Amino acid sequence: MGISKLNLLYKETVLDHAQHPRHHGKLSAATSHLELRNPTCGDVIDVQAQIEADTIVDLTFDGIGCTISQSSASMMTVALIGQSVTNARELITSFSKLTIGESISTQADESLGDAAILGTVAQFPARIKCATLPWHALDELLEKWETQK
Amino acid sequence: MDNGLNNSRLDFKILAQNINDEPLVYLDNAATTQKPKAVLQSIINYYEHDNANVHRGVHTLSQRSTNAFESARDKITAFINAPSRETVIYTRSTTESLNLIATSFGNLVVEAGDEIVISPMEHHSNLVPWQQLAAKKHAILKYINLTVDGELDMNHARQQITDKTKIVAITHASNVLGVVNPIQEITKLAHQHGAYMICDGAQSVPHMKVDVQLLDVDFYAFSGHKMLAPTGIGVLYGKVELLQAMQPIQFGGEMIDFVHSQSASWNELPWKFEAGTPNISGAIALGSAIDYLTNLGMQNIQNYEQKLVNYVLPKLLKIDGVTIYGPHNPTNHTGVISFNLDNLHPHDVASGLDMEGIEVRAGHHCAQPLMEYLNVAATVRASFYFYNTKADADRLVNSIQTVKEFFNNGDI
Repeated sequence: MGISKLNLLYKETVLDHAQHPRHHGKLSAATSHLELRNPTCGDVIDVQAQIEADTIVDLTFDGIGCTISQSSASMMTVALIGQSVTNARELITSFSKLTIGESISTQADESLGDAAILGTVAQFPARIKCATLPWHALDELLEKWETQK
Repeated sequence: MDNGLNNSRLDFKILAQNINDEPLVYLDNAATTQKPKAVLQSIINYYEHDNANVHRGVHTLSQRSTNAFESARDKITAFINAPSRETVIYTRSTTESLNLIATSFGNLVVEAGDEIVISPMEHHSNLVPWQQLAAKKHAILKYINLTVDGELDMNHARQQITDKTKIVAITHASNVLGVVNPIQEITKLAHQHGAYMICDGAQSVPHMKVDVQLLDVDFYAFSGHKMLAPTGIGVLYGKVELLQAMQPIQFGGEMIDFVHSQSASWNELPWKFEAGTPNISGAIALGSAIDYLTNLGMQNIQNYEQKLVNYVLPKLLKIDGVTIYGPHNPTNHTGVISFNLDNLHPHDVASGLDMEGIEVRAGHHCAQPLMEYLNVAATVRASFYFYNTKADADRLVNSIQTVKEFFNNGDI
C-alpha cells in the first residue's frame, strides 16, 4: 500500500486549507484568546474569538503546526463563525467523535462542512491529536467564557 | 541477505513484520531499542523459576532471586568499569538517576551564587532538574555554546566553567545532533575549578565502550531500555565517597539499616538509594542485555554503526531539500541523525515514512531549548542500531524521496 494510503488523510480540501488558511492571524476585536500546546511535539495554537451576545462573531488562529493541525484550525474557523457558543461546543464534541471513528448526526456533519472530511484521521491514530488540537483550544476558550459570563 | 552485525537482526522477532503493508524498518532506536530473544527469555526464566522478593527472606527462591539481581549489578559494574559494585545503583531510568543527583547531591553542595554549567543540547532530564535546583538554591544556570556544526564549543566551555562552578552536567552523546562530547576533557576542566562532573550516558552506553574511571566523572547515568533491556530499569554510577556523603531521597524498605520508633539509620551502599521492592526482572534483563552486547563487542558495535553513518549521511545530504542538524562529517557523527525536509512539518514527513514502513521520531525530542537554539519547532530523527542494515538506510533515503514527491516538494 505504502504512501498512497496518505491520500486518505491529505485530501485536496485538507491541503487547500493548509496552503490557504482561512481566518489566520490576530483578531483585533478579540474578546478572548487561548493558547494551547501539544507537549509531545511542540506545536502551538493560539485561538482568538470575538464573542457577542452568546454568538461567535469572529474567530482566528495563529501558531506553529503540521499540515493536519493547521488545516483543521482553518476548517474550524469556517465551521464555527456565526454559531452560538452552545452550538459551537456541540459541534466540537461532534468533531471529536468523528476523529475517533464514531458516527454523528447528518445535521452536525453538514454544519461541520469541510472539517467533516478530517474524519479520515480516525484511520491514522497517531495524528488524531494534530486534528483535535485547535478544537480543544477553542473548547477551553468557550468553557472559560461560559463560566465568566 | 544482510542481517546486521553478526546476523543479530535474526534475534529480534519484532523486526520481521510488515507495517502498513511494507517491511518494517525500525529507526527510532534513540527513543528505545528492540529486545532480543535472549533478553526476553531471561525475564521468562526469572518468573518461571526464581521469582521472589530480594533481600527479604531466608527461603531458597528469595536467595536465587537475590543472587540473580545482584549478579546483574556485577555485570553492570564490569561493563562500565566501575571500581566496585557499591558504586552502581539501580534506578528506574536515566531521568530518575539525574533527579536523584540533583536532589540529593545538589542539595548537599550547591549554595546561593554558585554556578551550574550545562549545554543547550541537554535532554530535558539533564536540564530541568538543574533549572529547578538553581531556582531553589538561588544558583546561576549557565550554558556552554555550540559551534555552527552543533558541537560543544570548548573555548566557550573554558570561559563558562569558573571557580564559582559547583556542577557541570553534560550529555556524553546528543539525542538530537549525533555528536559525542569530549567528556574526559570537560571533566578535567571541571575538576580544575573544583566542580563536580555529571554525565548523561543514555545515548552513549548502548553504542560505545564507556569506562567511568577513565572518564573520571563523578556521576554517570543511563537507561536499560535504550540498550536492549526493558523500560523501567536505569543505573546511577557515582564515586563512592560522594555517594556515602549523600542522603537518600526515598525512604522505606531495603534502604534502612535499623528503624527505631523515632529515628532510623541507612543501609550501606548501594542499597541506601534503593527504597522499596526494586525492578528485579528488569535488572536481570539488563544483565542479560549486557551479556548480549559484550558478546557482540562494544567496539564492533561502534565500528558497525560508524560504517552505516558513513554510508547514509552523505546520501541524505545529497537529497535536495534535506537539512541535517549537527555535523555533516560522518566521522564526527553517531547513528542519531536529525533532519527536516523542505518546509514540511516533521509530523507530515514521519507519517509519510510510516506509510512506507519506516519508523522514525518527529518532534522536539525532549530538547526544547535545543530546538530554540536551532531555530526550528521540531525535527525528524532517524536513529540506527547494530541490527539496522545498509538496506534499511537505502529504504530511508528512497522513502524520503517518495515523501518529498507526495508533498509536491513541500509546496503542499
